[in-house]
Amino acid sequence: MLYIFCPHCGSRSQNEFAYGGDATVKRPELNKEISDQEWDNFVYLRKSPRGKHLELWHHISGCRQWIKVERDTSTHEIFKTYKADELTE
Amino acid sequence: MSQNFRLDNIGMVDRNKKISFTFNGKKYFGYEGDTIASALIANGVHLVGRSFKYHRPRGFFGVGVDEPYAILQLERNNERDPNIRATEQEIFEGLEVKSVNCWPSVNFDIGAINNFLKIFFPAGFYYKTFMWPPSFWYKIYEPFIRMAAGFGEASIKHDKERYEHKYEYCDLLITGSGPSGLASAYAAAKNGARVILAEDKPRYGGSLLTSDVNIGNQTGVEWSEKIITELKSMSNVIVKNRSQVFGYYDHNMLVMSERIGDHLPKTQKYLPKQRLWYIRAKEVLISSGSIERPLVFGNNDTPGVMLSSAAKEYMKVYGVLVGKKPLIFTNNDSGYETAIEFKKNGVNPLILDTRKEPSSDIINEAKNLGIETKFSYVVVAAKGYKKVKSADIAKISENKKDLSNIENIECDCICVSGFWTPSIHLASQSGNKSEFNEKIDAFIPKKSKQRENTIGSANGKFTLEETINEAFDKGYEVSNKITENNNKVSIPTVVEKKSTEHDKFWCVPLPKGKSYKRFLDFQNDVAVTDIELALREGFRSIEHVKRYTTLGMATDQGKTSNLNGLQLVSDIENKVVPQVGHTTFRPPYTPVSIGAIVGREVGKHSKPTRKSPMHEWHEKNNAVFVDAGVWLRPRYYKQENETLFEASKREAKNVRKNVGVCDVTTLGKIDVKGPDAAEFLNRVYTNAWLKLPVGKARYGVMLREDGIVMDDGTTTRISENHYHMTTTTAQAANVLSHLEYYLQLVWPELNVNVVSTTEQWAGAAIAGPNSRALLMKLFPNTDVSNEALPFMGYKEADLFGIPAKIYRISFSGELAYEVNVESDYGNFMWEKIIEVGKEFQIQPYGTEALSTLRIEMGHVAGSELDGRTIPHDASLEGLVSKKKDFIGKRSLSRSAFTKPDREKIVGVVPLDKTTSIPEGSYIVKDPKAKLPNPKLGHVSASCWSVEYDNPFSLAIIKDGKNMIGQKLFAMSPLKNKTIPVEIVSSHYVDPEGKRVRA
Repeated sequence: MLYIFCPHCGSRSQNEFAYGGDATVKRPELNKEISDQEWDNFVYLRKSPRGKHLELWHHISGCRQWIKVERDTSTHEIFKTYKADELTE
Repeated sequence: MSQNFRLDNIGMVDRNKKISFTFNGKKYFGYEGDTIASALIANGVHLVGRSFKYHRPRGFFGVGVDEPYAILQLERNNERDPNIRATEQEIFEGLEVKSVNCWPSVNFDIGAINNFLKIFFPAGFYYKTFMWPPSFWYKIYEPFIRMAAGFGEASIKHDKERYEHKYEYCDLLITGSGPSGLASAYAAAKNGARVILAEDKPRYGGSLLTSDVNIGNQTGVEWSEKIITELKSMSNVIVKNRSQVFGYYDHNMLVMSERIGDHLPKTQKYLPKQRLWYIRAKEVLISSGSIERPLVFGNNDTPGVMLSSAAKEYMKVYGVLVGKKPLIFTNNDSGYETAIEFKKNGVNPLILDTRKEPSSDIINEAKNLGIETKFSYVVVAAKGYKKVKSADIAKISENKKDLSNIENIECDCICVSGFWTPSIHLASQSGNKSEFNEKIDAFIPKKSKQRENTIGSANGKFTLEETINEAFDKGYEVSNKITENNNKVSIPTVVEKKSTEHDKFWCVPLPKGKSYKRFLDFQNDVAVTDIELALREGFRSIEHVKRYTTLGMATDQGKTSNLNGLQLVSDIENKVVPQVGHTTFRPPYTPVSIGAIVGREVGKHSKPTRKSPMHEWHEKNNAVFVDAGVWLRPRYYKQENETLFEASKREAKNVRKNVGVCDVTTLGKIDVKGPDAAEFLNRVYTNAWLKLPVGKARYGVMLREDGIVMDDGTTTRISENHYHMTTTTAQAANVLSHLEYYLQLVWPELNVNVVSTTEQWAGAAIAGPNSRALLMKLFPNTDVSNEALPFMGYKEADLFGIPAKIYRISFSGELAYEVNVESDYGNFMWEKIIEVGKEFQIQPYGTEALSTLRIEMGHVAGSELDGRTIPHDASLEGLVSKKKDFIGKRSLSRSAFTKPDREKIVGVVPLDKTTSIPEGSYIVKDPKAKLPNPKLGHVSASCWSVEYDNPFSLAIIKDGKNMIGQKLFAMSPLKNKTIPVEIVSSHYVDPEGKRVRA
């Protein structure tokens, strides 16, 4: 079970969190004309990298904040965690 | 019965406490502190089971977790506990155990015929034998395998014992209390670290319990007792015996099972039987020791053949002789220590040493004691079926290939020592890739992936001096990293006998013309010939060889077999062991009971139960409850002998005719507040929200980004910047997460806060033509007329002194209101409604009547919004704004969602007006069409329409809009029903919606 550092609460066990997928996906702006392809990329297509991955976790049984976690998908090593509005390196 | 094999002046069992137990129905006795194994051996019993495949007789091979054979079934109070290791289970008064994998008895086992049919059970026999014909699999092969395979039988009864979970954090977890565990724990604890020291056995000390050494002028046993006593007295140390750390998981999470009541006749009050510890450790020191490696020779699985270290431990810890005419077969000095112990206890052993002319302190001591030793000698085969009676021994040539001077000598046990294998299981589980150490012919951990270090003999350090020095240093080093203290304790001097190098020889060749089975894996009956066959058949990867032959599988996890198996594969392949590599060690290291894994989360406690504040009233009024997620909701209120069908019909009818009241507390409620709340709702919902006035409610539908409906509900503008959102019961938590996602990550510029208020409000839906009249009496000071409180209106009011909120919204399709009060007043509100409502013939109604009412009105719910439907499919397209953008809008223009024959919701009525249509039925054009019958859609919800007194269903079918009026069929292959039906509008009752506005 992972041990995730929540920037708001401190280190907590994985079972307090819900996984939220790739944190680098950006939602297209509202009211903007975009192609089917662009929209499909946003809704459906995700990379599944081996290695470093910046991802979202929701501290659902804690502060209820969404946070960003930089994790190695093959070793589970967590390099750094960020608040939702923090700039990532 | 006298114990012929018990020694008088040695051992740690309590001779003053005699304990009786039964094994296979026969009564035996032992002493407190005995295991089943030591007590049976003391009584001269060596036959305890039958092997997995060939049903060969099985005795004891080890003395602890290493035991591959002696797996028994414990029975007490009609409960069964399978997978009990006889070498670990301590005896208690009244203990009943029996053998497994044998029928009718362990002495006469019919399955033993497999031993003579062994040519039919080669490696991979499952894959070869049970292949064809395929039709045999289900009825013949599978039941046969189920009967033949496995050890023991699980109980199907409810386990009345209590199991607990515990979470613990520490600076340093140390797994094993041998010399390295004790020394490192002591060094770290003295340096201020919070330490947990876990020992699998009841006694602390590990190898110190049986070795003849001296630490700091004390014997090994004295020293370990002193250290443990001091550790126990320290507030920063937790010391646990009977506790196995069996799994090493991510981020230094380790799991340990503590056997608290397993050795007691009855679990003590206030104590669980077992406790599972989840331990998050900053650092881990693995001091799990090593297990003696077997030597491989003919019939080396015969009862009476056992590890030499086990024989020594039976003498020194339990005061038990495993035999009176022992043969020691060794390739290193460890066998001599066992021989010396036999000699000291008045038994004359014979040592066969595979080495030519070894010399060391220990060998000299044996010589001086007059122990007979034959060098360059091996055991060719054990003789005897249910117990060793003699052995064929032979001189082995220098190249270890040829045998000569074969002779038979009498013996009653063969103690083998093929050197030592470090227990690297935990390190391997942590992700540590091990490396092969040529000096000890075994793998040791290499580079840590997590914060762990392996020390002592688990790390290939086989002298006490090395072990103690390394452990004191490591204990200080890791504790210093954490505490930054510098309290170093002095390392005691160690006196031990020096030993010399071991012989790499491990597998005795077969004499000419003999085909003895030579076993590698004793638990899974894998012999040398099985590995040879697997390799001949082309298996190369050690992982494939493992699965094909079952080498190193099951509860044993290759504890004794692993290295010999690898050695053999390397020999045949002309490789060296590191080229072959080893298989993955998996948790658990030893079997863990299901009870411990489940813990307290059994039955009612498997999930929380949520109850509304009116729950007790419902109970008192004969409500029959239904699970709605984790909520308990009244399904119907039973009167006399009513069935569910009768009761729900009565309740629904009463709503249509008079007035009913339904507990709607479970609905999700979310407060949405902030200057940008309107803009936020406008983006979340498909319809327009910017112009909703204060004091008005609106129905809204929200989508996921893929265009699928996520949830629906009403949201009311309480004040300028404050909205009260409701969600369905099931989606409440998801909707909150969804809103938080968009506010925190997508549109952080919006100044809005959301918070769940589900538990803050108790809700009652008052529905039916009499509801306004009732409301007027409930709220005499509030104008609830149609003009003052129109459909979708909202008012704050006073309910007999209690502040209440009235929302004029309707799920039933009748004139209806939802009244909310703070949860604590919920029951008060409910009782007032019932009391005042009497004159209007009020009745409470449950979820079943609620469903009936909404289905015949064509209102959608979870069965229609099932994660596959877009607004159009549920006839909600009128709520989809064309002017503004919102979550998921772009998806709605995808081709699949816009095709002309897209599915749509319709009503379905059986032509005979009496046959109910099962939910989930298919709607088809031609019931006799060739299978698979092309289906138009499915029936999502069914009820008995109380308005028309006939069955009515909702269905979502292809081109639903143009299907109305058509005669089709509802087919339920599951219930074997085909019902001719007519497709009608989904708005079956009051299609214009006059009632809700009345």
